[in-house]
Amino acid sequence: MTSPVRADTPALFRYVLRLGDLSLVLGQRLGEWVGHAPALEEELGLANVALDLVGQARLLLTYAGEVEGRGRGEDEIAFLREHGDYLNAILAEQPNGDFGQTIVRQVLVDAFQLELYRSMTTSTDERLAAIAAKSVKEVLYHLRYSSGWLVRLGDGTEESHARVQSALDTLWPYTVELFAEDELDRTMADRGVAPRLSDVHTAWLRHIDEILAEATLQRPEDRPYSWYGKRGQHSEHLGYILAEMQHLQRTYPGARW
Amino acid sequence: MSSVRAESRDPALAPADASVPPAAPVPVDASVPTAQKRLSLAWRALAAVEDPEIPALNIVDLGLIRFVRLQCDGTLDVGLSPTYVGCPATEVIRRSVERALSNAGVGAFALTQVLSPAWTSDWMTPDGRRKLESYGIAPPDRPAASMRDVLRNARPVGCPRCRSTDTECISEFGSTPCKALHRCRTCLEPFEYFKCI
Repeated sequence: MTSPVRADTPALFRYVLRLGDLSLVLGQRLGEWVGHAPALEEELGLANVALDLVGQARLLLTYAGEVEGRGRGEDEIAFLREHGDYLNAILAEQPNGDFGQTIVRQVLVDAFQLELYRSMTTSTDERLAAIAAKSVKEVLYHLRYSSGWLVRLGDGTEESHARVQSALDTLWPYTVELFAEDELDRTMADRGVAPRLSDVHTAWLRHIDEILAEATLQRPEDRPYSWYGKRGQHSEHLGYILAEMQHLQRTYPGARW
Repeated sequence: MSSVRAESRDPALAPADASVPPAAPVPVDASVPTAQKRLSLAWRALAAVEDPEIPALNIVDLGLIRFVRLQCDGTLDVGLSPTYVGCPATEVIRRSVERALSNAGVGAFALTQVLSPAWTSDWMTPDGRRKLESYGIAPPDRPAASMRDVLRNARPVGCPRCRSTDTECISEFGSTPCKALHRCRTCLEPFEYFKCI
């Protein structure tokens, strides 16, 4: 097993992987809806968001490969890494559940990416600043879509309300990891590469509270957690995602379009 | 892939050999177009490249060409922005641009992907907006002033067929990343709207 992600791996490489893997894994998850969405319009919506996320991941993983300097390109990084080398927060890999649960997960991540990227447009790292400037516009549109649905479902029927509230209760504990600042996050913030996660958290919570109020949903309490996707400790779900996503490259190494 | 070098380099335009004293006169080859000529050839060639998904528009109408400039080494540097980072048309456009510039005989050129400042639908030219509307796609609204606007307040989109503003959004996303689906309540026709981003 190749394990490039060790404590002595350059900090910037690991940090860019965190960003890129979040987009890649969530994009792959959303892609699972193709052929199964409740309506054609929603299938288009989810697939379009997935496409944007994979686009972000391409830019980020290409950059990660350049930072690493070992000649790995975006495809090699996306398709030939192992489970423990993925550094996405584990919220991204949580199952789609029903449409409501997918929408709840999307609102939580969209609002996070919106505030993260918005601050990152002034990053000292010019490449990340450029990627953030491009992505923030798309993410804003994603949040418009996902929050619109959350309001409709939460403030909808008794059944839809109960389902999205239950999805929110299930997924909320995984949001804590997004804002848990570790040494890597701190190093990046100190260098001006990334914003302080506490600032991102404050802004994120403002969006979430506003959306939840309109959706007549209750915000669950934060709880301590014992996972760490950002360091490569994942739930069992990631393995299945990778098996599907990496199958082609591992069966036909070097296959290209 | 922030910078993509084109393979077809014209040897006549290669950088001068460093061993040649700078004062030495550069031999003039009459077959090489002047800088001004190369720039105008390039712009003309670019304006002939259609968007693969909305053929009514060319890539200059869309505001995708950020600059065409002559580098000191004689290379023509062409800045190209993607509309959406995951848009599959981006690759097609890049290849079309390479082909168009090669065929136009602009000499050595290089394509640079420009992400920042990010492309906005506001860069679509007035001509592009007119072409889009007559093609049956409602042109993008002006960018919203604030995030609240974007999240809450979708301003009414005019129907490209009957001009009615009594329209509704059916889906925030459409057949390509850059479009949304709307329907006109007056003439009852569904239509596409070029998203404002």
